[in-house]
Amino acid sequence: MSPDFLIALTMLTNFALVATSRINKAIQLAVVQGVLLGLVPLAMGLGRHVHILVVALAAVAVKGWLIPYLMRRAARQLQIRREVDPYIGFTVSLMLCAAGTGLSLLVAHSLPLKPGTPYPLLVPAALATLFTGFLILVSRRKALTQVVGYLVLENGIYLFGLLLVEEMPVLVETGILLDLFVGVFVMGIVINHIRVAFDSVDTRHLAELKD
Amino acid sequence: MPDALLTRILHLLMHLLTVVLLAPLIPGLITKVKARMAGRVGPPVFQLYYDLAKLARKQAVYSRTTTWVFLLGPVGTVAAMLAASLLVPFGHTPAPVAFEGDVILFAYLLGLSRFLTVLSALDTGSSFEGMGAAREVAFAALAEPALFLGFAALAKVSGSTSLTLMLGSLGVGSGAVTAPLILIIAGWSIVYLAENSRIPVDDPTTHLELTMIHEVMVLDHSGRPFALVLYGASLKLLVLSALLLDLMLPKAAHAWQDWARFFVGLGGLAGVVGLVESATARFQMTHVPRFLVAGILASAFAFLLLLV
Amino acid sequence: MILYLLAVLLAFTSGIPGLWLRRRGGEAAAVLMGLAALLGIVAALRVLLGGASWVVGLPALPMSATGGLAFDAIAAWFAIPVFLLSAGGALYAVGYWDERHGNVRLLRVVFGLAAGSLALLVAAAHVLTFILAWEGMAVSAFVLVMAEDRQPETRRAGWIYLISTHTGTLCLIAAFSLLMPFTGHGRLDLLPAGFASSSRGTLTFVLFLLAFGLKAGIMPLHFWLPPAHAAAPSHVSALMSGVLIKMGILGLIRLVSWVPDPPPWWGGLFLGLGALSGLLGVAFALGQHDLKRLLAYHSIENIGIILLGLGLGTLGKAAGHPVMMALGFGGALLHVLNHSLFKGLLFLSAGAVVRATGGRNMDRMGGLGRAMPWTSGAFLVGAWAIVGLPPLNGFISEWMIYLGAFRGFTLFRWPWTAGVVTALALIGALALACFAKAFGAVFLGEPRTPTAARALEAPLSLRVPMAVLALACAFIGLAPVLIAPALGRAVAVLGPGTAQTDLARLAHLSSLTAWATPMLLLAGLLWAWARPGKAPRDRPTWDCGYARPGARMQYTASSFAQGLVGGLRWILWPKVHGGRVQGLFPAGAQYGSHVPDPVLDRFADPLLRLVARGAALLRILQGGQLSVYLLYVLLTLLTLLIWMVA
Repeated sequence: MSPDFLIALTMLTNFALVATSRINKAIQLAVVQGVLLGLVPLAMGLGRHVHILVVALAAVAVKGWLIPYLMRRAARQLQIRREVDPYIGFTVSLMLCAAGTGLSLLVAHSLPLKPGTPYPLLVPAALATLFTGFLILVSRRKALTQVVGYLVLENGIYLFGLLLVEEMPVLVETGILLDLFVGVFVMGIVINHIRVAFDSVDTRHLAELKD
Repeated sequence: MPDALLTRILHLLMHLLTVVLLAPLIPGLITKVKARMAGRVGPPVFQLYYDLAKLARKQAVYSRTTTWVFLLGPVGTVAAMLAASLLVPFGHTPAPVAFEGDVILFAYLLGLSRFLTVLSALDTGSSFEGMGAAREVAFAALAEPALFLGFAALAKVSGSTSLTLMLGSLGVGSGAVTAPLILIIAGWSIVYLAENSRIPVDDPTTHLELTMIHEVMVLDHSGRPFALVLYGASLKLLVLSALLLDLMLPKAAHAWQDWARFFVGLGGLAGVVGLVESATARFQMTHVPRFLVAGILASAFAFLLLLV
Repeated sequence: MILYLLAVLLAFTSGIPGLWLRRRGGEAAAVLMGLAALLGIVAALRVLLGGASWVVGLPALPMSATGGLAFDAIAAWFAIPVFLLSAGGALYAVGYWDERHGNVRLLRVVFGLAAGSLALLVAAAHVLTFILAWEGMAVSAFVLVMAEDRQPETRRAGWIYLISTHTGTLCLIAAFSLLMPFTGHGRLDLLPAGFASSSRGTLTFVLFLLAFGLKAGIMPLHFWLPPAHAAAPSHVSALMSGVLIKMGILGLIRLVSWVPDPPPWWGGLFLGLGALSGLLGVAFALGQHDLKRLLAYHSIENIGIILLGLGLGTLGKAAGHPVMMALGFGGALLHVLNHSLFKGLLFLSAGAVVRATGGRNMDRMGGLGRAMPWTSGAFLVGAWAIVGLPPLNGFISEWMIYLGAFRGFTLFRWPWTAGVVTALALIGALALACFAKAFGAVFLGEPRTPTAARALEAPLSLRVPMAVLALACAFIGLAPVLIAPALGRAVAVLGPGTAQTDLARLAHLSSLTAWATPMLLLAGLLWAWARPGKAPRDRPTWDCGYARPGARMQYTASSFAQGLVGGLRWILWPKVHGGRVQGLFPAGAQYGSHVPDPVLDRFADPLLRLVARGAALLRILQGGQLSVYLLYVLLTLLTLLIWMVA
């Protein structure tokens, strides 16, 4: 499989993520995206570097198994299935996501990035995934879906990282992974606390804490 | 050399005897002049000596409010004033103790005696004594700069910060610094009247406690402590008189003539104070600060004149 | 070197055993801190008595530091009060801190952190160690000030302190970054000649002056000081007033020592600021009713006196006069030590009073001298020393500054140093009035309230630190000759060329001892002669014929100062409310007066309120919704992206 194909698939999952309202589906899609991205470096033929191989496998393991496991458990415990009544409706989100992707395609080539990359889709996909992640974070109300947004955001950063994959030290990559894991973990704790405190996981309640 | 040493020892003895024995005479002289001016005979000149002797034999009475602080004032005043008297030259004879900067020590010894007297007054818990203490510290805050500006001017003239050198080499008519000298004398005269609680700043003989400054602070002292209070006040009068006289007396050819002139000057100064007290009324309390500010201005101008 | 580092370590950890000890945690902290003080003071004395100074490198730091700590004579000089007051404070805390002060265990740990940071700061010789120790000191002091955070007044004081100290740190970092090109990898050492008079040097100086001035409490940057000192527990106030604010002075002193050729206007500015702080500090102290606020304003006054000395020394350094340097710097350094001794003593005894009466208002005290003879004696020694009266230590340092000022216009043509003389004289006279008021109102006369009448003497753990500090005051006052060599070594670091001048001879310190001894003997004899003995003590004070003089008829602190405060109305702007009686047979009336702080209450407060009103508009942006904040991030990102492309 060519890396471009995988990247295009990633961009498609973005749309699917924005459009879905069911939480299980969203988690599933995030898993798919994570695994796809985990495969990209291998498809690029970078598997010969041991450290990249290890990191890619670790990424697949964390994003494809550990994080979804934690999130599914949380969803089960909280008994939420759907994202009801988001700040921005699903149709509008979809259109915004499309606009974001378009913008990224337009902008990507004029960015002062490393020239001569063999994969023309990499930068626009990274930007588009970043936007999608933000969009989900901004538009969704439930803490769990926000975690999904966070995951997608990180995927975008990961794609950016692929651009520099050969120069990027293992330390940074593992750092990002660790950061992600801790982020999800902390969110899990926060979600639990919101539930205990407000008997719901709606992040709107956090606004009551402001000064 | 032994001759010079002998002279020094004699001067020292003269100085000490003057301080210890002569001090109570000055208030007596002032009182006598005032009485004469008013057409009365007045108490004998040696009245203060009799008072001291009597008080030394009397038992003191202490208020139950007072603590050991009560005794600090009388004891501290006499000790500080005796120490200060050793720093001041009498006439043009060098002071027994002289070193660079003793002028600061002198001024702070005056402050020490004031601090302790004020604390003693507050120790009684009497509202009148508190009032006197408040006035004393307020007016002293104005007298202090006048004193120090005079010191600054004299230090500028003499290039020294030792009282012996600052005062000993001067005297009216001794050269180009006459105008600043007169201004200093004017400024210090005001300090002199205020520090010794004389009319027109304070009236030591008035009967109304509400109008007093210094006398009201020692209302509760009796017996030996009161003897110390009276003696301390007379020492202060002597020391400050010497300070003022040193500026005025011209230098004589012989050291003993200096002594003679000093004693005559002391008597004269007491007479002048008596005359001033007879001729002027006490200021309204609110006017006292103005009088003291005049003293500051005089001393400040003395210093400024030296700069041009 | 090992001794000192061990001392710092002990100080840092002094509060930690108390975390686990169920009882006697305070005693453990006091013992550890006492041990730290012993080691630290020995290390400091070794350097001050001629031992070699030492340097510790910190090679592991990212900025490739070559000198992290340098323990020279100045560091040793400042280390002594740091350890003395820390140990005294730790012992004092045993009897002083109770549950009222919240989490005592945590506060003990923080007290240790404060002491350790201070001990590190005096020796800091690298930008990084300096800023780290500086922040450690500032933040731990904030926690300590907030000890009684259940009172709104304390919280306000704490926040004001935090804001001002961080403003200072900001200036400090800016100044250090300006200095960076001239320091080898951030090491703080001699700066090149000519730097001080360059425009970059001027900017650096102004920033340093702001940073250190805020810490030292120089008028008009003093505004945080009175509320913080009043609100903090008393031994913390002692540490803050005695040592913490001196770190601002340490900074200025270090700055003068780094610069080989300070321009004369630095010295002039120091003199001007010193006179301003000194005069206004004591003037505002006169208007206070709160005992600890009064002491805090006196700290500002004494910082002013120190600055006067520093200014004279800087003028001397600019002109190259070793005598002026020796007298000015010597006076300033000695006053730093002296002030930490007597102000520490005063705050500790004020704390004992507050503990006994449960309040800080002097007008509700009175007559405590009989119930608390030790405390009143300690306070009297402190007051005697701070007013600068002989024969205690305050006089010695003021004496040196006076001598320097007199030299300034007699030997050199600097007529304005006569202004220093006048300012010092006026400060001295006003301070005398102020402490007569404080001592008189608190300890003398009759108790004005039932609480004051029931007061008990402080426990031993409070009295011991007071006694130690009082003895130290007397020692320096009576035998200044003995500390002159040590002082000379510290001065020599500041002013090159002063090593040859013998400070003791220059300032005639031996004459002072020779003079003080017979005077004390004489006073003792007079005391023995006039001593009450068996005199009757059952009479009331003779109150000019009043039949039943009451405690409320006494002159209060406010009435004592009323004349002076009225005379200084044009500076102090006292606020008076009530006091008018009407009609022939007037009903009861109330009268009150207080003197607000000129900078904090008159200027900063209205200004900040205005700013706060403006800032409330920004609250629309701050919705408290996580999503909204994320939207801001997204929008920023988009804007940046488009801006980059366009």
